[in-house]
Amino acid sequence: MTAFVVRRLAFACVTLFAVLTLVFVLVRIVPGDPAQLILGDQASREAIESLRHRLGLDLPIGEQYGIFLSGALRGDWGVSMVTGQPVIREVLRVLPWTIELTVVSLMLGIALGVPSGVYAAIHRNRLVDYSVRIASLLGLSFPPFVAAIVLLLAFAIALPWFPVISAQSGSLSAWYRSITLPAVSLGLITAAYITRVTRSAMLEVLSEDYVRTARAKGVPWNAVIWRHALRNALIPIITVVGLYLGILIGNSVLTEIVFSRPGLGKLLIGALNQRDYPMLQGMMVIYTLVVVLVNLLTDLTYGFVDPRVKLK
Amino acid sequence: MSGMSGASARPAAKAQTPLAYFAAQTLKAFNTNKTSWIGLAVFLVIVALAIFAPALAPFDPTDQNILEKLRPPSAEHWLGTDSFGRDTLSRVLYGARISLVIGVVSTLAAMLIGSAIGMLAGWHGGRIDTVTMQTMDVLLAFPSLILGLILVAMLGPSMVNIIIAIALTSIPPFARIARAPTIAIKEREFVLAGRALGFSDARIVAGHILPNIFPEILVMGSLWLANAIRTEASLAFVGLGVKPPTPTWGGMIREGFENILDSYTLALVPSVSILVVIFALNLLGDGLRDAVDPKLKGET
Amino acid sequence: MTTPVLAVRNLTTSFRVDDVWSSVVKEVSFEIGPRETVAIVGESGSGKSVTALSIMGLLPAANSRVAGEILLEGRELLKLSEAEMRKVRGNLISMIFQEPMTSLNPVLTLGFQIAEVLIYHRDLDRAQAEAETLRILERVRIPSAASRLHEYPHRLSGGMRQRVMIAMALACKPKLLIADEPTTALDVTIQAEILELIKLLQDEEGMSVMFITHDMGVVAEIADRTVVMLSGNAVEQAPTARLFTSAREPYTRALLAAVPRLGSMKGRPHPQRFPLVNAVTGEREIVPETESTAAVSERPVLEVAHLATRFDIRAGLLGRVRARVHAVEDVSFSLSAGETLALVGESGCGKSTTGRSILRLVEPDVGSVLFEGRDVRALGRRDLRAARRRMQMIFQDPFGSLNPRKTVGQAIAEPMMVHGLIDRSDARDRVSELLRKVGLPPDMASRFPHEFSGGQRQRLCIARALALEPKVLVADEAVSALDVSIKAQIINLMMDLQAEMKLAYLFISHDIAVVERISHRIAVMYLGEIVEIGPRAAVMENPQHPYTKRLMAAVPVPEAGRRALRRGLSTTEVPSSVRDPEYVPAPRLYREVGPGHVVQAFD
Repeated sequence: MTAFVVRRLAFACVTLFAVLTLVFVLVRIVPGDPAQLILGDQASREAIESLRHRLGLDLPIGEQYGIFLSGALRGDWGVSMVTGQPVIREVLRVLPWTIELTVVSLMLGIALGVPSGVYAAIHRNRLVDYSVRIASLLGLSFPPFVAAIVLLLAFAIALPWFPVISAQSGSLSAWYRSITLPAVSLGLITAAYITRVTRSAMLEVLSEDYVRTARAKGVPWNAVIWRHALRNALIPIITVVGLYLGILIGNSVLTEIVFSRPGLGKLLIGALNQRDYPMLQGMMVIYTLVVVLVNLLTDLTYGFVDPRVKLK
Repeated sequence: MSGMSGASARPAAKAQTPLAYFAAQTLKAFNTNKTSWIGLAVFLVIVALAIFAPALAPFDPTDQNILEKLRPPSAEHWLGTDSFGRDTLSRVLYGARISLVIGVVSTLAAMLIGSAIGMLAGWHGGRIDTVTMQTMDVLLAFPSLILGLILVAMLGPSMVNIIIAIALTSIPPFARIARAPTIAIKEREFVLAGRALGFSDARIVAGHILPNIFPEILVMGSLWLANAIRTEASLAFVGLGVKPPTPTWGGMIREGFENILDSYTLALVPSVSILVVIFALNLLGDGLRDAVDPKLKGET
Repeated sequence: MTTPVLAVRNLTTSFRVDDVWSSVVKEVSFEIGPRETVAIVGESGSGKSVTALSIMGLLPAANSRVAGEILLEGRELLKLSEAEMRKVRGNLISMIFQEPMTSLNPVLTLGFQIAEVLIYHRDLDRAQAEAETLRILERVRIPSAASRLHEYPHRLSGGMRQRVMIAMALACKPKLLIADEPTTALDVTIQAEILELIKLLQDEEGMSVMFITHDMGVVAEIADRTVVMLSGNAVEQAPTARLFTSAREPYTRALLAAVPRLGSMKGRPHPQRFPLVNAVTGEREIVPETESTAAVSERPVLEVAHLATRFDIRAGLLGRVRARVHAVEDVSFSLSAGETLALVGESGCGKSTTGRSILRLVEPDVGSVLFEGRDVRALGRRDLRAARRRMQMIFQDPFGSLNPRKTVGQAIAEPMMVHGLIDRSDARDRVSELLRKVGLPPDMASRFPHEFSGGQRQRLCIARALALEPKVLVADEAVSALDVSIKAQIINLMMDLQAEMKLAYLFISHDIAVVERISHRIAVMYLGEIVEIGPRAAVMENPQHPYTKRLMAAVPVPEAGRRALRRGLSTTEVPSSVRDPEYVPAPRLYREVGPGHVVQAFD
């Protein structure tokens, strides 16, 4: 088991390296001078030079890479040009909000999606199945910000059940009021994906030989579905959920904007608009770390569900 | 079953030319799920609307009229006006052009490049395959929206850059989608037979493997087009779309969002448009997917 | 008259496809008495599996209709509700299936999958069920049963999994066991063990068995009575012995004539065609005795010496070599024009890999392959392409061997055009000529592969292979996937072509009875090595190597009077040819025991 984890972590580090390098290269191949872009066309020669020196852009490329890497590994991801605070501190300040939103949305998605998918698969080609398929297709057609805006319009503006700005905390009811709309908007889309993959995984599993064997043994239909079939269907479902988590993190950016919720999304947009390069670099590293961790978790979960995966 | 009569064919339709045969197959594929017809129809309508936007739009989309700002739908402005007094209907029609052009070009580019990479990786196997796919996995590991956002921010928001950014983040999925069936078909006996018959690698890959995986790639293409359009709208929503005053759906939604308390229609109209296009494409691609799945095909 | 355990009367099963109902089983009636084994035999599409599934009530209710009467000890099964039928399945009637590799749930332990039956039908609790499971596992002779309880199916071989399936089926001591082709996917030696096990358990339990199969040899060994099915009809039923000696229906006679019978070639040194019987008229074809086609006086067209092909197994982050599969090790033989050399052996013995190595579809590691005197292994790319004209291959799966997107005419013409043998205007004529040669009408050239049956596709593959006028044809299990009667036709076609074109065949197969008909010489392979090689009569009538003997003994022979044959139980596993990276094979010694008959030293 430990060897497995170590191996996965090693691969994760390689991925991290690759992305860091990619980030480094990206920032530097941008046509035009970053310093000039930041200061604008009217800036004087001296101002540009001094900014370049501050950013370390006048050093040879190799040295820049070395500074960048060593800093990243040490945990020093630079200082935000806008706020003057270390990037890490800014990120850690808002990270819990994003994690909370992502996790709650995912739970909603699974709780709604898996049973729907199973139900649709069992009643294949009947009205229930068609409705579920069309509904899920519609659900995942929503761009996340559109879903968010629609919900905002409906339940915060037209019907003032929820606040328009979802950033309260403190009591349980305040938490509930501020997370519901954002989580529902993301959660419904997530549920749509999960419903589809559950349905197709179940359909495939239900046509397998071992399900026929189970029926031939006289196993009750409930047990056939939930114990014999779903356990096997979980394998592709976990794969997709793991992949989708990455997408979910990306989508939370848009949702945070619509609901004015603090989180990585707002930070990112701010950094993009203000050309805060150190912040951008740092955030890319964070995002990669998160996704890599998620992949690791997914792999470990496989090990629990699928005995063919050797956890050694 | 005619176990005994070896030499007579099964009762089959009279012989068709290859073209007629493939046309019949395509028709059958569309008929597998009737919803794919609906998706196709709606999508074609939207394409037509976009193409004929200059003829159909009642106003110039960039025509400002501050006096008329944020009006609800009326006889003169069927869908109301935005915060600069521009006609929403005209802007929606022109916005369709941007979304479609960006979506189609980036998806096509990604499809061509990604499929080529995937097929070559799958065909050669070994080191080339491992290295290529691990590179793709690294790119895939990153939330594509974020990557797209950063790319566009770095390169500057112009139409070309947006297309490049979306295409780049779309290549890894196409590579994966092309690689898996290539590997499966590589081991099929007609490919082995081709090698035994002395065919060159190029002939086998282009002439034997590609025609067999083409439908799957095409279906993925239509589904991915929906995704590309969604990404373009997201970029525009965040402020990284094609620069104003060019109308983009995402930009319109953003404007609508900023003025949401004053005008519902401004946010809703482009939202519904995007939703309809994406839904239509999803209906199309999803409906065809069942027909194209090699496990379900009757001919293998 | 004792009540039959199972009485099927006028069973008719129909399926709905695209809103049209069609019958797959038509008015079939038969009975199975206590302690009796009845075989249901037929080719693909005969409806035998559907009959079994109808009895078990396992057909999808939405699109199927079952009519008639099915009486289990007098009780009408078709009138039962689903809940009542569920109590019958696994309890009074059990079923085992063809594919042991996919019939067990991969994420549940073996112990649980067996115990489940006891928990549901006998109301045992977990502990009691486990104890009983252990006892059952021992009765099906699974070694180290106690440790298997908590293992998962992927750790077991096909033969072992089938034993687990049998254990699951017999846990509740059913009155009737339905076995749907349970040994078809297994090697012949494993098949013999499983058949023996079923016979033994039938004696011990006193149950009846309904055995579905297409293999007449298995029928002869296991069935008291036999029902022959064709296109959904029960064409003939009789006690097995009588069926073999004096079948009445033309179809049955045609089927029996097409079945390769081990030992039927005793005393005839040269390959002979199958004397086929017309399925409609019942007439027997007259087949003249043929001379041998082998040109043994000339230099052999193919000479293989010390061929070895190994596959590396890599693992770990850096892809280091952890182990190596010695698929082919030190294989040597020669093949003359007009001669057929058969490579026989069970799965994993390396026969397919040998065929592919000779054509360099897989690259061998060691050895030489001399084709018409030139070493194929030393050829560069262009020369290899030219050489590939002369050595061709036909594969096992007729459905995968043709590109579904090209017409068959294109498929046959393509190799000729690639090698520059003809141009477009000649293509049509040449294709017609080839189609006629393999017995197909030339106007079929514009059709697509899916419009042809399995046997026809195999003919097309032969036509394609012949397009380049090869000298050597490697047939890799070329007839294994075909129905019995088609097999015989294709073999006859191949023999005709051999006589006409002086083709040399390397015939790779696991079906020894077929091999007996077509080969001049036989090589027996085991774990990647040739353990015995010689003229067919010598190797089959006088086998020397212990493995050859075991192989020959395990083949079921379709003859009357074999029902009482007992082999004695055994549980062998085929050892693997996976070795450490540092392993160097010891040199093998060979002894000549007769003219051209060589055996590997085995002491």
